[in-house]
Parts: sequence; structure tokens; C-alpha cells
Amino acid sequence: MAGPVIRLENVARLYRLGDEEVQALRGVSLSFYPGDMLSVMGPSGSGKSTLMNILGCLDRPTSGSYWLDGEEVGQLKDSRLAAIRNRKIGFVFQTFNLLARTTALANCELPLIYSGMGQRERRERATAALAQVGLGERMHHRPNELSGGQQQRVAIARALINRPAIILADEPTGNLDSKSGVEILRLLQQLNQQQGITVLIVTHDPFVARHTQRIVRVHDGQVVGDDAVAQPLVAGEAVRPSDAALAATV
Amino acid sequence: MNLYESFRLALRALTANKLRAALTMLGIIIGVGAVITLMSAGQAVQNYVTDQFRGIGSNLLFIAPGQFASNRRGGPASASTGGKGLTNGDAEALRDPLAAPDIAMVAPELTGAATIKYGSESALFSVSGVLPEYSTLRNAYPEVGSFINEQDQAAGSRVVALGPDVVKKLFPENAYPVGAIVRIDDVAFKVVGVMHAKGGSGFGNEDNVAFIPLSTAQTRIFPSRGGRGDYHVSLVYVQAVTENRSNAAAQEIKEIIRRRHSIKPGDEDDFSVVSQADILSSFTDILGALTVFLGAIGAVSLLVGGIGIMNIMLVSVTERTREIGLRKAVGARRRDILAQFLVESVVLAVIGGIIGIVLGAFGSQAISLFNKDIRPVLSVNAIILATSVSAAVGLFFGIYPAARAASLDPIAALRYE
Ligand SMILES: Nc1ncnc2c1ncn2[C@@H]1O[C@H](COP(=O)(O)OP(=O)(O)OP(=O)(O)O)[C@@H](O)[C@H]1O
Ligand SMILES: [Mg+2]
Repeated sequence: MAGPVIRLENVARLYRLGDEEVQALRGVSLSFYPGDMLSVMGPSGSGKSTLMNILGCLDRPTSGSYWLDGEEVGQLKDSRLAAIRNRKIGFVFQTFNLLARTTALANCELPLIYSGMGQRERRERATAALAQVGLGERMHHRPNELSGGQQQRVAIARALINRPAIILADEPTGNLDSKSGVEILRLLQQLNQQQGITVLIVTHDPFVARHTQRIVRVHDGQVVGDDAVAQPLVAGEAVRPSDAALAATV
Repeated sequence: MNLYESFRLALRALTANKLRAALTMLGIIIGVGAVITLMSAGQAVQNYVTDQFRGIGSNLLFIAPGQFASNRRGGPASASTGGKGLTNGDAEALRDPLAAPDIAMVAPELTGAATIKYGSESALFSVSGVLPEYSTLRNAYPEVGSFINEQDQAAGSRVVALGPDVVKKLFPENAYPVGAIVRIDDVAFKVVGVMHAKGGSGFGNEDNVAFIPLSTAQTRIFPSRGGRGDYHVSLVYVQAVTENRSNAAAQEIKEIIRRRHSIKPGDEDDFSVVSQADILSSFTDILGALTVFLGAIGAVSLLVGGIGIMNIMLVSVTERTREIGLRKAVGARRRDILAQFLVESVVLAVIGGIIGIVLGAFGSQAISLFNKDIRPVLSVNAIILATSVSAAVGLFFGIYPAARAASLDPIAALRYE
């Protein structure tokens, strides 16, 4: 097996608010391999988003080290981190975060603008990415002319456009109905299986987590569990069981 | 991200909120428009005045009685009366080719206001007693008939050459009333000519004057004598042989008249010699100062416009916090965000500037509404100045908002509601 795409060693993140200190992460060590698809679960305030921010190079660990794709990125300067976010990471947010006044196509192109790519090539890549997420017909629509699920698909197309090593999705289905949620999961599974992109999903929903191969549990800034999922569900094929049944399985 | 992308982005952001963009530009539009209008007007007036003076002839000197309030350059401010005044004798003395080799022509003038009457029409006009030389010296030629000639002067004839405005007033029906008899302060004069219209000039309106022989003016209309029983004149025009002999001519005039007026060495002159160049340069100085002052008013408006831009850019940065967070998350560097907002404010200012230039171009034409003889000019300097100043204003007032945008923390920005 190839080396890990992501390796965290003893990563801590300390927030200081005046005299008060919040240990959002305390000594997290994790490794993800190319082609992994995993979920991060944990109660509110346990440090999931903090972890995602560090993994996404939006934030730096207070201590510990972080290797991404063989390069230690934990303490790089801002402009280098920006370049890494641009080329190696795709973000999918709970609230989609599309630019309101621009078309799906333009939204999709956004990362490529900061890669210094020419206009024509950007257009081609964005068109292809939108077709891949099934929005070939909706390229010139603005976000307010699209459903929530469609908007999230635009966001996924934007995340995959620069062929990132990893896609980080913080509650990607949190704002969607269950049908749209499942469609998003199917897309993420496809990207993972067909293109070998590592996908990491933060979720509160055990049913969503059951669609990944591995579940990392976080509690109070520490990893308290890291288990393979016995039989990952295939999005769209499994019917959502009752919440009680779910709670029992996970 | 290159400049072209930033430019497109800026245009898109501005067109998304056209009314706001337009209102923001207003300060710049007014400022640039004002600067261009005022500077162009200043230049037009300056050109006009220079032309007028050039028409009079630049080797012309004036001698007036009394000392101008200030001898400093920059100034004939006000003439004070006093001293002995100037007389025919003074003027004649200047004709001496030995004492005054640099003087080509001398034309004394006696001016005053008098009532001119024709039939039932009558009004107060300026009446000038002159010699025939006046015509050549001042470019004052008759349109019809003749000017004052040697015989008129010698005989003290009661003849008058009327300015076109005088004719218009007294003879509404007849543009060329040569041969008519008018009464100047109740003395009958025969009209021998009507002067060519000159328009207003640097020396007041010469079209509003009636010319009579100097001798007639001195004996019949404005009789006034000096100490030796010699008749007074109000002004003596002197033409130097060439333009660059003007200073030498002025020196000769001073020596001759000081001697005639028995002024002791060290005492002040009781007359003033002013050259065309003196008047022109002081006029140009005043106009230049005025233009700078008006330009400064425009500049203040530009400053206010710049503050308006800064204000709106700050609002815009706050509104677009999430957008900034997102751009950073997908790879925008600090300087990409900085460039985006800087270009936006510069574009805002420069578009405002261009609109202002167009308005200013129209405004600069308006000067001819006040005086149709002034040829409007569009000051190219003002355009270059206004464009670069508005770009600089956009840059300067854009820096703070853009720096604020660039330094936003992406995590906080993405979470911003
Ligand atoms: N900018 C910050 N300043 C101070 N404390 C912070 C900051 N961001 C997060 N924290 C704290 O760090 C801890 C972890 O927060 P985090 O947002 O990672 O939780 P989470 O697991 O994502 O929660 P949720 O499921 O509600 O999204 C919390 O106690 C939070 O209050
Ligand atoms: Mg969170």
C-alpha cells in the first residue's frame, strides 16, 4: 500500500480567549490512505470542525505535525497554504457556500482562477465537472435557481475540479432532505471509487456514516474510536432504517 | 489571478449594484467635472486675454499720471492721482529722436465722460480726445468714413468718430450716420466716421467711445491746464521701435519726464510707465492663482469622493465576508483578495473620472455662454491630471478596505452571517 495521504501526529489546537484556554484538539494522531472514505463523528463541540480546518489547511495546529501527500504542511506560511488548498483539497460545506450572483459554471471555475488557468481551459474543466455531477443542463443557472441538492452538487463539482488529493465535507447532507442527501452520498462514493479521491465526511447522522468504510469518533478533542464499517452501504440501495435500529448498528 | 481577471471581477461586482456604484462615483464625477471645467475656463480666459493683448501690440507702453499703488511686479493695482499730471508738453518731449531714440510713436489721449445727444436720444459715453496716431497705435480703424486727421487736430475741428455701440444707441435706424450732427456736452459735432467693432478687450469696451481731436477735447469739452498753462492729457501711449527695445524706451520716458517735472534724484516718479508685458504678466498671475484656487475646490470634491469610495468599499467588504472566506478556502492568496478590491475601487474611481471628464468637456464649452468671444478650450492638462488623480484616489482610498478584506481569517469569514 502507498504511504498515507494524510498523517497527523499528536496534533493539538489550543484556542485562547483572554485568560481562558479551550483545548479543541488534544493529541490527535490519524492516518488516511489514498482511496479511503471515512466519516468523523462526535458530539457538538468535540472538535470535528477544528480538525477539518486543520486538515483543510485553513488553520494550523498549535503543536504536533501534519503531513499532506508526503509534505509537512503544518507550519507553512499563508500563501503556501493557499496554494495547497487550491491544488490538493476540495471543500464541501453544510451551507454550500456558492457565490450568489454567479452561474453554476462560474462557481465551479472559481478554484481554477487562483491556479492561474486560462479562461478556455477553465470553462472546459468546469463544464466537464458539472456534467459529471449530473448538472450538464443547469450550467448557466444561478444558485437561487437551483434546489439545495443541486447547489450541493455544484459545490462538489467545484471541490473536484482541481483533481484534489482529498475532499473534506463538513456535514454535507446536514441541510438537505434525505433523498437529496443520498444523491450527494452517491456522488461522493463515485468520486472515491472511480477516481480514488480520499473523502472525509463529518456527520452527526449514523446512516450517513454507514456509507463510509471507516468511522473516526472524536470526543472532547481526542480520538476515542477508529473502526472499519463492516459492510458499507451503497448510496441509494439501502433504505434508511429507523433511528433506533441505526443507533444499535453503529 | 492576473489583472485581467481582477478587472472582470471588479466590473461584475460593480454592475451587480449599479445604483450604489453610480452614487459612489458621484463625488468623483463632480470633482473631476469641476476640475476640468474650471481649469479649461481659466485657460480659455487666459488665451483670450493673451490674444487681446497681442492684438494691441506688445511694444506698447502707457504713461499715466500719478504712481500706481505698488511698483512690485504683479501690479498695477490702483492709480493714485496727484503730482503734476501729464501734459501735451510731456508728450511732445517724448518725440525728441535724440533723447528718446527707442520711441517710434507717441499718442496722448484725454478721456472723460460726456453726454452725447442726437435728436431725442441721449446718453453718457466715454469721449476721447486723440491724435491721428492713435489709430495706428491702438488698431482703431473706421468702418466707414474717416478717423480724426491732422487738419482736425490743427484746427480744433468739432468732428467725431463714433464707436459702433454709440451708434447703436443714438442711431437705432442708421448704422452709418456719417455727416450727422450730434451734440457732445451741448457742443455740436459732425460725425465723420464710425469705428470698426473691436469687442470688449483687456482695456474695457472700446466700442463705447467717441473719438474727437485732442485739441478740441482740451479746449471745449474737458478743459484743464497744468502749472505752465499747458493742457493736461489723461494718458500717453508710446510705441517702442521694437518689442525688445521696450525697456530702453521706458527708461528714456522716465528720464525725460522726471526732468520735465523737476523730480530730484531719489524722489519717486509722479507718473507711471507700464508696459504691455507688465499688464499681461500680472493678469496671467492673477488668473493662474484663480485657476489653482478653483482647481483646489475641485480637488476637495475629489477628496470627498474618495472618502465615499472608501466608505462603500468597507461596506462591500463586510457584505462579502463569506465570499472572501470562500475564495480563500479555494486558494485565493492575500494578494489576490487585495488586488480584487483595489482594482474594484480604482475602476470605480476611474469610471467616475471618465464620466467627469465628459461632463467637464461639456462644462468647458459653457464659458462661451458668458462671452461669445472667448473660444472654449478643453484643457488637456486637466484631463491628464483628473484621470491620474482619480485613479490615485481610488488606489489610496481602496487600500484600507482591500487590506481589511485580504487579512480576514478564512474560517471566521466562512462562518460570518
Ligand atoms: N475560534 C474559536 N475560538 C475559541 N474557541 C473555539 C473556536 N472555534 C472552536 N472553538 C471551540 O473549540 C471546540 C471545538 O469546536 P468545533 O467547532 O471543532 O466543534 P464541532 O465538533 O465541530 O461541533 P459541532 O458539531 O457543533 O459543529 C468548542 O469547544 C469550541 O467552542
Ligand atoms: Mg462543526
